[in-house]
Amino acid sequence: MARKLPRKDVVVVGLGWTGSILAYELAKQGLDVIAIERGPWRDTATDFPPGYAQDELRYGVRLDLFLRPQQETLTVRNNMKQTALPIRSFSGFLPGNGVGGAGVHWNGQTWRFLPSDFNLRSHLEQRYGADKIPADMTIQDWPVSYDELESYYDRFEKLAGISGKAGNLNGQKQAGGNPFEGWRSSEYPTPPLKQNYGSALFAEAAQKLGYSPFPRPSANISEAYTNPLGIRMGQCTYCGFCERFGCGNYAKASPQVCVLPALMRMPNFSVQTESEVTKINLDSTGKRATGVTYVDTSGEEWEQPADIVLVCAFSLFNVRLMLLSGIGKPYDPVSGKGVVGRNYAYQTTSGVSMILKDKILNSFIATGSGGMMIDEFNGDNFDHKDLGFFGGGYMGSGQTGARPITTLPVPKGTPKWGAQWKKAAAETYSSGYGISTHGSSYSYRDCYLDLDPTYKDHFGRPLMRMTFDFHDNEIKMSQFLTDRLAEIAKALDPVEMTASPRKGPWNSTIYQTTHNTGGTVMGADPETSVVNRYCQSWDVSNVFVPGGASVFPQNHGYNPTGTVGALAYWTADAIKDRYLKNPGPLV
Amino acid sequence: MIDGSRPSRMSRRSLLVSTAALLVTGAAARARTITQGMPWEPGTASPPLQVRAGPWMFFTPDEAATVEAAVDRLIPPDERGPGGKDAGCAVYIDRQLAGPYGVGAGLYLRPPFMPGVASQGYQSPDMPAARYRAGLKALADYVKATFAGKAFRDLASADQDQVLSGLETGKIALKDVNGAQFFALLLQNTQEGFFADPVYGGNKDMAGWKLVGFPGARYDYRDWVERYNEKYPLPPVGIMGRSDWTVKE
Amino acid sequence: MMNRSLAAAALLISFTGSAFAQDPQSFDRVERGRYLAVLGDCAGCHTAPGGAPFAGGLALETPFGKLVAPNITPDRETGIGNLTDDEFVAALHEGRSHNGKRLYPAMPYPAYTKMTEDDVRAMRSYFKTVAPVSNAVIANQLPFPLNIRLALVFWNWLNFAPGRYQPNPQKSSEWNRGAYIVEGPAHCGTCHTPKTLLGGDKTGTPLAGATLQGWFAPNITTDNHKGVGSWSKEDLVQYLKTGANSFTLASGPMSEAITHSTSQMSDADIAAIATYLKDSGAGGGSKPTPVAAGDNAMRAGAAIYKDGCAACHKDNGGGEAQLFPKLAGSALVQSDDPTTLAHVVLSGTRAVSTVGAPTAPAMPAFDWRLTDAQVAAVLTYIRNSWGNAAAAVPASAVADQRTSLAKTP
Repeated sequence: MARKLPRKDVVVVGLGWTGSILAYELAKQGLDVIAIERGPWRDTATDFPPGYAQDELRYGVRLDLFLRPQQETLTVRNNMKQTALPIRSFSGFLPGNGVGGAGVHWNGQTWRFLPSDFNLRSHLEQRYGADKIPADMTIQDWPVSYDELESYYDRFEKLAGISGKAGNLNGQKQAGGNPFEGWRSSEYPTPPLKQNYGSALFAEAAQKLGYSPFPRPSANISEAYTNPLGIRMGQCTYCGFCERFGCGNYAKASPQVCVLPALMRMPNFSVQTESEVTKINLDSTGKRATGVTYVDTSGEEWEQPADIVLVCAFSLFNVRLMLLSGIGKPYDPVSGKGVVGRNYAYQTTSGVSMILKDKILNSFIATGSGGMMIDEFNGDNFDHKDLGFFGGGYMGSGQTGARPITTLPVPKGTPKWGAQWKKAAAETYSSGYGISTHGSSYSYRDCYLDLDPTYKDHFGRPLMRMTFDFHDNEIKMSQFLTDRLAEIAKALDPVEMTASPRKGPWNSTIYQTTHNTGGTVMGADPETSVVNRYCQSWDVSNVFVPGGASVFPQNHGYNPTGTVGALAYWTADAIKDRYLKNPGPLV
Repeated sequence: MIDGSRPSRMSRRSLLVSTAALLVTGAAARARTITQGMPWEPGTASPPLQVRAGPWMFFTPDEAATVEAAVDRLIPPDERGPGGKDAGCAVYIDRQLAGPYGVGAGLYLRPPFMPGVASQGYQSPDMPAARYRAGLKALADYVKATFAGKAFRDLASADQDQVLSGLETGKIALKDVNGAQFFALLLQNTQEGFFADPVYGGNKDMAGWKLVGFPGARYDYRDWVERYNEKYPLPPVGIMGRSDWTVKE
Repeated sequence: MMNRSLAAAALLISFTGSAFAQDPQSFDRVERGRYLAVLGDCAGCHTAPGGAPFAGGLALETPFGKLVAPNITPDRETGIGNLTDDEFVAALHEGRSHNGKRLYPAMPYPAYTKMTEDDVRAMRSYFKTVAPVSNAVIANQLPFPLNIRLALVFWNWLNFAPGRYQPNPQKSSEWNRGAYIVEGPAHCGTCHTPKTLLGGDKTGTPLAGATLQGWFAPNITTDNHKGVGSWSKEDLVQYLKTGANSFTLASGPMSEAITHSTSQMSDADIAAIATYLKDSGAGGGSKPTPVAAGDNAMRAGAAIYKDGCAACHKDNGGGEAQLFPKLAGSALVQSDDPTTLAHVVLSGTRAVSTVGAPTAPAMPAFDWRLTDAQVAAVLTYIRNSWGNAAAAVPASAVADQRTSLAKTP
């Protein structure tokens, strides 16, 4: 029997980007807020100081900052005919753990989606005809437009100090920025990062082919910056330890760098760490949440009553918590009915690897989100009429470091070991080079999340089951994008090159990205969405899923965090300005 | 004006928070209620522990001899620098297997264990320590039977290469052990040992980093990011430093 | 919530001495007393972390033994509820408590004696309004013979000069206000003035820096080399207000003083303090000859600094404003006493978090990474690079600090 704690105004499940932003915004209103976080407290100087943050084995290979599958994992299969089996050791994607969540270990690539991404289905129907969209493709319009979100993107970028160059300021095209981006109300808070040699070479080659390369918007920032909360960030040192690592010198935006110093000063906020929320509790009507139940490390169960429940865990675990709590109707792929678990999507990535002639690239000098990109082939920035697919992505040079256990280029045909391998490794390390595409993953009727019938977690609750594979649309898109990328690679006149467009089946053992989206998607219609345009549950109006990537109706050609951050602010405003004044359904 | 209020002033709210904290800390070993500021304590770094030289912690002497011979073929010594053995790769593997990695700490190990397709990943309950024990035993048996009672370490280099290559390609079948999977594990761990920070027992004198030109645990390249096509001038540094850190007498 | 302008106005009245006749428990007077308790940083010692306000504080580790700040709430049994107003005044002005019992000078009565009687009585008015808390504190935990309070007669005779602050008519009223706060309620010299063997102030060198509790409280005179001569008045103001400026960030005991006291002071009082400190010494200050770059410790230190320190403090020692202290030109870095430097490198430290500078970045601990000789080498390097000059740090000084840090968890 759970022991009952004093009531709070707001309980936040998970203290990552969305949790910390919502907690700050609502605590500032004077509400009593508690966050419950499954993992440990994490702080820059204590947990990833510059003395050992740069330990590839510990963080990059043994994944010290990540969720242990023993805590929670999921089962996977490529299609409904297969039996799903558990991911016993994470490698294909890497969920975070602890205070800061994925904001601790991310690379920092911070994009906005395109305006036409937000009305994807109606845009494609209008331009190409409704009959051109495959029957099983379940893409849908977002219930919010780019114009509505613009100021919220701006707030998140200012919170995180994002470095970049605007390409479109209030409709005016800006030289050096991304000419395809939606309008921006202001320039990036900090100027672009410096580019390493590889990125400079890519930009030169892309320009030669008539493209418009621009610096990738980055949360590893180019100069010291004070954000609107008064918090100071440092300057990126190009150490090359971003992805999978915490930043030791306050230069990579994260909840601990950008929000927690101000949030933790508030006497009406507290965080309960190493405690896992097992359930959102509902009252007898099932229409109202009464709080959450969590279990601490001793196994003791606690009930935390609260007036508002904010589901701010990693996208996949948001979906599972909703399923386990019985909020919203689970999705059934056979009938196509139900919503929770529907429209799971991923990301379609690919690359071209090369060895350059007589070049010393020093690729270890890097940042997780540096690099030069082009956006000519993203979203609907190019005509899809005769291509046989929809969607696209950005591409460019963005090497995130050259840590040698995981990054050790050798020429084609080199044995994997022995004298020849050793010689090749020594000779190729400084001139091996990789560029990549980062593309959309649209949603389909048979790609979804539900509860596994066999496997359980350590509390005896069913694991979540993921059924996913790349569809022809994405395979064709990846081929097309990779061909364009290979043309740029050729312009670099490499000694040799290998293009690797994405092929099926999706493989859970090969790292591609941790951009898992959907499952509690936002929409205008309760028949095809779990939350409304304010990220509020259609069924239980005091439960919000404020902007985790689980609310994306499909995944677009960019990294999700910029949009996640914008939606967090969007939801915070909806709660502050609308819900608190008149609690109940906002739509 | 919550921002401006003094943290030392106790409000009814913070009293409630403290009460909850007492309740929870009374019941749990590690769960923490954190409020009223960022927690910080002096001297709380959790650096990796330096692997010490000394007796094998996981391998038997025979197993160690086999692994030392094998890592020296996977990464042979040559004019560019030491091989896997002198770089400490076997020591690295030994210490890893004796630690949490060996037993698969933190992995999802609940049954049922069922064979799946490749895209579903490793699905056996056997963790690295057990896999090495079984793999090395099966390898020793195979070598003994094939090479007139000899041990792997006593084979000529060419024969050792042939055995390793046979495992890699699946041409050699070991009894009750998937040879290709065992080889892949050994190769993966050997390269880890060669390129991981020396603190873990391998990459001795930063031999792996020197071989390829990786500067190691450095944390600041602001002065070199725009020095295109110029070799980075400083030597590698480990988590525990480098020789230049020692004050010369 | 306190109203700063109101408090400041009340202070002006107090200074001119025209408020003497008012009702001792009027709102204005109690508020003035509350503000004086802020100036005096009473909470810094008398409130334990997480404890009830003024109900007794942390143990103070003095060079002579342990003293615990007593309960000063109006509780009759365990606090100061039984103290008469005159006894309260005597405590602050003369270091005498109930029944004439002598206070240990960890209670900074040698500074509080400079406060006007009216200010002390206003403070008393405030402390009557604090919630009484029953909390028995054994204040005196000194070893024999120091636990005999009679010994203090001798100490006072040597070190204590009772008497109110006398304004200097040659100086501006702002300067005098600053001097009054620094020498009186804010008792800056308690930490920053060098001490005699018996723990009394070395009166000839006020605010020239002193070591206490494993930290060196730096020289805050206008000495250009060892003091804050290079700081502008605005730099001083920003530091006292927020705990951070373009040179450095406060940590250690100063972060408590900033949290409880200086960050809560009125802008006018902070400006007054800055004015006084900028005009409190002779200025000047001479540099020793720096240790040569070719010195073995300097060479090892240079390598350690490049590999281990420059990612935050930068190759040129410039640091990053309000994030990583500037080492080049830093008085603390070049101070005679490297206690704080060794302390910070070994066990790390966190900067204070204030409304104006909430970040509170922390220096990580490096005790696990560097030997005593290496810590000494890198300290010698930062003390003698980029124009800095100071004596080499011996490894033995680092070893001593390591030992004493191991004793205080």
